[in-house]
Parts: sequence; C-alpha cells; structure tokens
Amino acid sequence: MKKFILQRLMYSLISLFLLSLTIFLFVRLTGDPTVLLVEPGASKDDMAMIRQQLGLDRPLYVQYATFVADMARGEFGKSFYYRTPVLELYMSRLPSSLLLAAAAMVFSLVIGIPSGILAAVKVGKFWDNAGKIFALLGLSMPQFWVGLLLILFFSVYLGWLPSSGSGTIWHVIMPAFALGWFFAAAHMRITRSSMLEVLGSEYVKLARLKGLPEKRVIVKHALKNALIPVLTLAGINLVLMVNVAVVVETVFAWPGIGRLLYEGIAFRDFPVVQTTVLLSGSMIVVVNLIVDVLYAVIDPRIRLGA
Amino acid sequence: MASRAATLTLGWTLAPFRIKGFPWIPVSILVGLALIAIFADVLAPHSAEVGSLGARFKPPAWQQGGTSQFLLGTDHLGRDVLSRLIFGARVSMVVGLLAVFVAGSIGTALGILSGYMGKWTDQVLMRITDTWLAIPALTFAIFLAAILGPSEMNIVIILSAVYWTRYARVIRGEVLSLREREFVRLAIVAGCSKWTIMKRHILPNVLNTAIVIASLQLGVVIVAEAALSFLGVGVPPPKPAWGLMLADGKKGLMAGYWWLTVTPGMCIMMMVLSANLLGDWLRVKLDPQLRQL
Repeated sequence: MKKFILQRLMYSLISLFLLSLTIFLFVRLTGDPTVLLVEPGASKDDMAMIRQQLGLDRPLYVQYATFVADMARGEFGKSFYYRTPVLELYMSRLPSSLLLAAAAMVFSLVIGIPSGILAAVKVGKFWDNAGKIFALLGLSMPQFWVGLLLILFFSVYLGWLPSSGSGTIWHVIMPAFALGWFFAAAHMRITRSSMLEVLGSEYVKLARLKGLPEKRVIVKHALKNALIPVLTLAGINLVLMVNVAVVVETVFAWPGIGRLLYEGIAFRDFPVVQTTVLLSGSMIVVVNLIVDVLYAVIDPRIRLGA
Repeated sequence: MASRAATLTLGWTLAPFRIKGFPWIPVSILVGLALIAIFADVLAPHSAEVGSLGARFKPPAWQQGGTSQFLLGTDHLGRDVLSRLIFGARVSMVVGLLAVFVAGSIGTALGILSGYMGKWTDQVLMRITDTWLAIPALTFAIFLAAILGPSEMNIVIILSAVYWTRYARVIRGEVLSLREREFVRLAIVAGCSKWTIMKRHILPNVLNTAIVIASLQLGVVIVAEAALSFLGVGVPPPKPAWGLMLADGKKGLMAGYWWLTVTPGMCIMMMVLSANLLGDWLRVKLDPQLRQL
C-alpha cells in the first residue's frame, strides 16, 4: 500500500514537473516571450530593459529554476490589466466557478442517473431510445450554442431569466444547464452500462430467485453497487467542470475562472492566461492522484496489480 | 487517467439512424457538407466577406421584412448568412479533417513507438501523454492560441498538438498485446529490424483503431475549432467560420435576431452529430475489442 501511494505520488510529481516545463517551453520557444510578458505597446528600449529585469537573457535552465521557485512561493506574477497579483484574482473568481460547477453537477446527476437507470431497466424500449437521443444531443451540441439558445428563448422571448451576470439563483440556472447537459449525457451513459453490468450479476439473480419484487431488486440491491463508478466519475467531472466552463462563462458573463481566462486572452494579459492553465492542469493532476489512492484503499486488486 | 472522465462516445448503437445497418443519414449529411465545402464558390449566392451596410440585420426570406435576395437573412455588416454558412463549411471541414489527420498520425506513431520499444521510451512518452491529458483540452488549446496568434493554420497545429494523446494511449495498449503475438516473434526471428516490424507488421494492425478514434474525434475537433473562433482566438475575421458567426450573432441576440444564432449552431450540430454517429458505427464495425463496451 505504502509503495503504491509512493509510486502514484512520484507519477504526479513527474506530471507536475512536465506540466510546468511544457508551459515554460511553449512560451519561450514559440517566439519572443517579452512580447507576451510585457504590456502591449511597450517601446523597444522598455522591452530590452524588461527582458533583463525578467532574466530572459539568462540561460533557459536558470530561467526555469526561477520560474518554478516563484510558483512554489505562490508568485504567479501580476496581471497587466487588473494590476493585482494573479493568484489573488484567481482565488477571488474560484467561488463563482465552484458554485456554477456544483449547480451543473446537481443538474447532470438529477437528469443522468434516473434516465440511465430507466434506460438500463428498459433496454431497447421507448425510454432507452429517448435517453439515447438526449445523450447524443448533449454530446453533439456545443455548450456555448446551447447557452445562446437558452438566452434567446428564456431571456429575449419569454423574459423569464436574466441573460448574463450573477448574484441571484435565477442567474445560475441557464449556465448550469448549458454546462451540465454534456455531463448529464456522460453520467447517463455510465449509469446505464454500470447498471446493466450489475443487473447481470449473480447476486441480483439470487435476489430475483428469492422472489423479491423487481422494484426492490433494482432500488435496494442493484442501484447501490451500480452507483459507485457513477459517483467516481462525477467527482472527477466536478473538477473538470470548474476548468472547462470557459465558453459557458463567456456567454453568460459569469465571473468565474473561465471568464478570467477569456479576459486574459481578450486583454492580452499573459500572466493570467499562463496561471489559469497551470493551475487547472495541477488541479486535475491532484484529483487523479486522490482518486487513484482512494481506489487502491477500497479495492486491493488495484494496489496489488500495480 | 482521463479515460475515466467524460468521453465523447455513446457506447451503444443507435438503430433509429440507420437503414439496413449502414448509417446512411449521417454519411449523406457529411458527404453533402463536403460537397458544399468543395463547391462553395459556385453555390454561394453572395460574397461571404463583403456585405452592404444598407442591408444590415435583414431577417430570413419567409419572415416579414425579409427578401428572397437573402434567403437566410444578413448579419450586422449586411453580409449574406447563407453564403457565410456555405463558406463556413469549408473552414470546418478543412480544419477538422486536417487536425484529425495530423493528430492521428502523431498519436499513432508515438503509440507504436511507446508500446513496441517499451522501457524508458515507453516511460517518457507515457508520462508526457498523461500530463497532456491532464490539462483540459480546450484550456490548453486557448493557451497555445494565445501564444501563436489566430490563423487557420495555427488552429490546425494547436488542435493536433492537443488531441494526439488519446491515439497514443489506446494504440500503445494495443501494441503491447500485438508485440507478444506469433507473427511479430517470427518477424524478429526472420531478422527484421525494429523499424520494419513497427512499419510493416504493427502499423497495419492498429490502423483500424486509429480510424475509429479519428472518426469519434472529428466531432470534438470541430466543436473545439468553433469554440476557439467564438472566443476570438481561432479563425480570424472576416473569414466565415461557424464559431465566428456565433460570436458575431451574439451582438444581435438581445434584439431578437435569432437567425444569426440558430443557423450556424445548427450547422455545427449537424456536422458533429453525423461524425459521432458514423464514429459509433465504425467502432462496432472495425474494432471487435470495443464491441463489448
């Protein structure tokens, strides 16, 4: 067990190292980073001075060491536009992103799990097909288009919901739906396949042979075990939702991390872009580590097999 | 690792969209879009990039105020929406197919290399793959786009750089089992070099898998291109790309100019939907291993 955790920890550290190296190298090898790191409109002399100030005239490995050391101390640079440390900005936007992700998650589970169960219990029937089409649309419609259609229908035509911004519960409904549909489709799909697997297992057969009513077999016996993979996926997806909401947040002017990233691009605020990408990658590396370790704790086969 | 996260496959087949087993409807939509893309110059009734400001925000022909001159209406610069949609098909097709092809080639090559060479080559390549998989694809693409700047060529480079990982992961796994098979061992005994074995004996056996992944990734890549263009780091204006049209359409959204938002989105959805349905069918057809999934 200890060996397994150490090995995973090692992998994660390597991932974080490669992540920082990737971002570091991409910025420096695709052109003059001064153009990116310096405020737009700076003069040639200013650029030369800043190049020296930022240490961009030093060898790459020295630059990388400084880059990592700064990050380890939580110094991600200053935003050109807001003139505040990027980390502060990031932290101020995080709660909004978490709120949106939580709402989208609730929506995706409320839709995904029951429809997945229904599809598994009635394979090939009406509900199965209806679920398929719902999932297919969720996977095929770009999230930002869903968002725009919602605004058109519920804000412009009906006038029921606010088209952008945040603050009240009404503001979160449409972005959560636009973000959550794709994930609802994913959750439905895994609920269905996991449910089908459990329904075919020996212990469910036994429960049926005992003469238990079908409803009880499904709710009491099958569902409990079938939900484990669904909830694992949901946990990972929650982190993913925080980090992939950029288009949805842009459409609804939702003040989260995605919107911060968009502003970073729009205002050519490179420190913001770099930090957002770095932190979102790191967040996912850490969550993957946690999930791997938790799985090993629950299931000895995994830690012994590794 | 990321395979546990949301994937863009349905995992079960969709009979309603097929006639005698073959997905005719999605295939004809894709072929139709390809033809439209090829013959865009002939088909488009107006210029896609130049409009007349006198004809701004004209609604579609069947609505009050619309004219038969602009069948699907005009945008905020008075450009014909239908013509822009037709030329937009070209952008989506070219970017989508090119990106999928380049990403597929890189990923397949690295997957074979990683799986066959093993040892430290495998370790290094797979750690890189895992790391790249950890960064959310769109976020990574936006980051690269912010560095490289907007152009059609750059989008192809960016999307290829972001989406090769899935091929590498899956194909590596397949090569690991192929490596132990009799015909590969015999080839080693016969004195074939490592390169010959990888090229002549391994590659043809993983090609099916690569094609399946490619068809399922086509939809993902098209949506990613649209999202990048929508955010202003993709296809630069005034080029007609569907994602860009949606970004422009947002300007008229609150005024109720629905056609600027509905039509480009419909086009994206139709193309992605068709690609996904075709991919699902190909998967069942070409990859017996995945059939049980």
